[in-house]
Amino acid sequence: MPPPAAPPRGLARRVLHSSLLEALAYPHGVDRYVELVRPLLLRREVRAEVTAVRRQTPKSVTLTLRPNENWRGMRAGQYVGVSVQIDGVWHTRPYSPASSQHDPEGTLKLTISTHPEGRVSRHLREHARPGMIVGLTQAQGEFTLPDPRPERVLLISGGSAITPAIAILRTLCDEGFAGEIGFLNYARSPELALYGPELQELAARHEGLRIARGFTRKGRGAPAKSLTGRFSREHLRAVIDESAPAATFVSGPPALIEAVRALWLQDGLPEPAVETFTPLAPRFASDDPASAKSAEGTVSFTASGRATPNSGLPLLEQAEDAGLTPEHGCRMGICNTCATRKTAGAVRNLSTGAISGTGEERIRICVSVPLGDVALDL
Amino acid sequence: MKTYLQEETAMPTATATAPRLTAARPPTTASRPTPEQLESFGRELDAIRARVVADLGVRDTEYIERIIRVQRGLEVAGRGLLFLSFLPPAWIAGTTALSLSKILDNMEIGHNVMHGQYDWTGDPRLSGKSFEWDTACPAEQWRHSHNYMHHTYTNIVGKDRDIGYGILRMSEEEPWRPYYLGNPLYAALLAAFFQYGVALHDLETERIATGEMSIAEKRPMLRDIWRKVRGQTLKDYVLFPLLSGPSLPFVIAGNATANLTRNLWAFTIIFCGHFPEGTHEFTEEEAENETRGEWYHRQLLGSANLTGGKLFHILAGNLSHQIEHHLFPDLPAHRYAEISLEVREICERYEIAYNTGPLHTQFGSVVRKIVRLSLPPQRSLGGLLGDGLRGLARNPLGAVGRKIIGPALSLLPGRGDSKPQTAPTVVRTRPRELPVAA
Repeated sequence: MPPPAAPPRGLARRVLHSSLLEALAYPHGVDRYVELVRPLLLRREVRAEVTAVRRQTPKSVTLTLRPNENWRGMRAGQYVGVSVQIDGVWHTRPYSPASSQHDPEGTLKLTISTHPEGRVSRHLREHARPGMIVGLTQAQGEFTLPDPRPERVLLISGGSAITPAIAILRTLCDEGFAGEIGFLNYARSPELALYGPELQELAARHEGLRIARGFTRKGRGAPAKSLTGRFSREHLRAVIDESAPAATFVSGPPALIEAVRALWLQDGLPEPAVETFTPLAPRFASDDPASAKSAEGTVSFTASGRATPNSGLPLLEQAEDAGLTPEHGCRMGICNTCATRKTAGAVRNLSTGAISGTGEERIRICVSVPLGDVALDL
Repeated sequence: MKTYLQEETAMPTATATAPRLTAARPPTTASRPTPEQLESFGRELDAIRARVVADLGVRDTEYIERIIRVQRGLEVAGRGLLFLSFLPPAWIAGTTALSLSKILDNMEIGHNVMHGQYDWTGDPRLSGKSFEWDTACPAEQWRHSHNYMHHTYTNIVGKDRDIGYGILRMSEEEPWRPYYLGNPLYAALLAAFFQYGVALHDLETERIATGEMSIAEKRPMLRDIWRKVRGQTLKDYVLFPLLSGPSLPFVIAGNATANLTRNLWAFTIIFCGHFPEGTHEFTEEEAENETRGEWYHRQLLGSANLTGGKLFHILAGNLSHQIEHHLFPDLPAHRYAEISLEVREICERYEIAYNTGPLHTQFGSVVRKIVRLSLPPQRSLGGLLGDGLRGLARNPLGAVGRKIIGPALSLLPGRGDSKPQTAPTVVRTRPRELPVAA
């Protein structure tokens, strides 16, 4: 393991980035040599070293990560793909860091809840230790605070999806946010509730912050003033004054998001920002209305000479339905394994909503839905 | 290299429609197992494959990661030592280390990783689709000519361009021409410049020469080859020599020697994989509508193994287990040794010949074949005369010869090959699955 010092700056990086060195390391590239000695000192790839491991609850693990110099930073509420090697195979999963985007050390704090089926979460819970190196993607996602900041913010979260809410909360606190913040969080039981001490400390420091915790399973040991049962108007009143508008962020399992959406619809309020957490890397639902609308045209796979009518599904699935087996990994636009050359046509990126140009470019086919005719080098 | 490109203008394309020579052709049908036997033979091989796939894991990644560490270490050490190569011991040690590095990089790492043997690891550095290797041939073209063409159409004359690389006569199926008198010479040149032979492999230069394809169609490929060759040349023959200052000439010599060593070694191992006496060639008809069992059978009959120690197998990229490699091209090659015990046992039960031997006998056999095939097959005088005149008609006399002598030749005994033959259409697709009927 490398010494846990920050990667060298200045001369070392200049040498690393010199085109002479790259020409000498042709065709493998400088990184393929350097990583064998210093896994963090890379020219291009983002990697991070685990600097601290905390096990807050029996079913979670909190990691502090220090990314290398290729990390471009993140906004609170975004997520990153974390890659680890388990039994010889690399797995990438999305996690939302809980750290403030103003973290003075530039570290990321990830709280990962384990699931019986979750290979990566269980692996990290059992094996993560300081000094471990993990792969990282740049931050992604639009579940972020607008600029300028709204006057009132409401954060509703459930289970492990508390992490982006904590990140937003910490960021606002670090910015000396003067407005009102309502923080409503659900856990199954008090022993599975995350970030208890941190929230108490933040509440003590910030006048405008009102925190309420709800437990969906009845049981003993719930602290006084805690809420029981699932999301309701009454719970909402515990953290925020309903009569004034607030920028709302909901992160959690689909049921929580639907419950909040229903209430907002009832009250005629604008759609809240949402981030859905499901236990395993989710596949985008095929009944996504946005994709159904664009289901026209033909998808051509030029290298194999096949073509299929656009079904509105992500291109990876359409390729598989056409009998092809494109390389892929996470199936949600994080790991870049499925990056494929698009030779014609426009696509919508499901993770950002962005619509591409019609020219040639590499796209992640697992999160790209064709808008009309599209040709792929597959 | 240029000479063979010109010579090839006159080379007829052997296809399935070419009449078959019976002389010296090993019988592929005489002792052929029944379709039922081949089906159960195929099932037994499928079972081996399924078992290995289910067992893939840490053992395999640790192995390849260790080999990569060793290769990168040898490369850095070799190039480092060559900075001091004005001292003879440093030159010898550095050149040896760099030779070993290039051999490991091309064979146990590059060839095998590019087959997708480690794609299941999800490691982008071990991705068959994007790996690039330390040799003149662009990986992308190799993946087509080797993974797809050679492994799909193994030993099918006219489709598998590994049979003679478009330069040599390596099969009785290939009609003899006076050009082939130089067979041993061309083989020696190909061995010495093997990396460039491989780099030009996917260009199908003979199809350009026959006018089937225009050079313009090949321009993108030529550009990629040029880029790769430029990068390799810059590194080995410009930058490292210049950086080494006083050692410049010794570094050039060391790098050239390392490239030559790798060329000779790769040529030897690869030619031992399909050309020792006893390996079979096939016609396109024979390979049509193959079942999975028949596909396995063809792979087995067309390949030959080498015996040796563990280090030998590693340096051979485990292509010394060519038979197992052709049966299971996408299983990690370091598994072939243990798989080979079972494959041999299965072959014995089905009475299918399993061609194996030490390097010197297998390579000796290849050399004998190269020499033997440089000479015309022994046939009737009339046939020879006809062939000779036809050769004359095609070449030195040009259009006049073709118009006047050509028609008269059809009266002579021998083979009537004046009819233009169309080469098989090659559909360019990415290799993904074995193209066999389930």
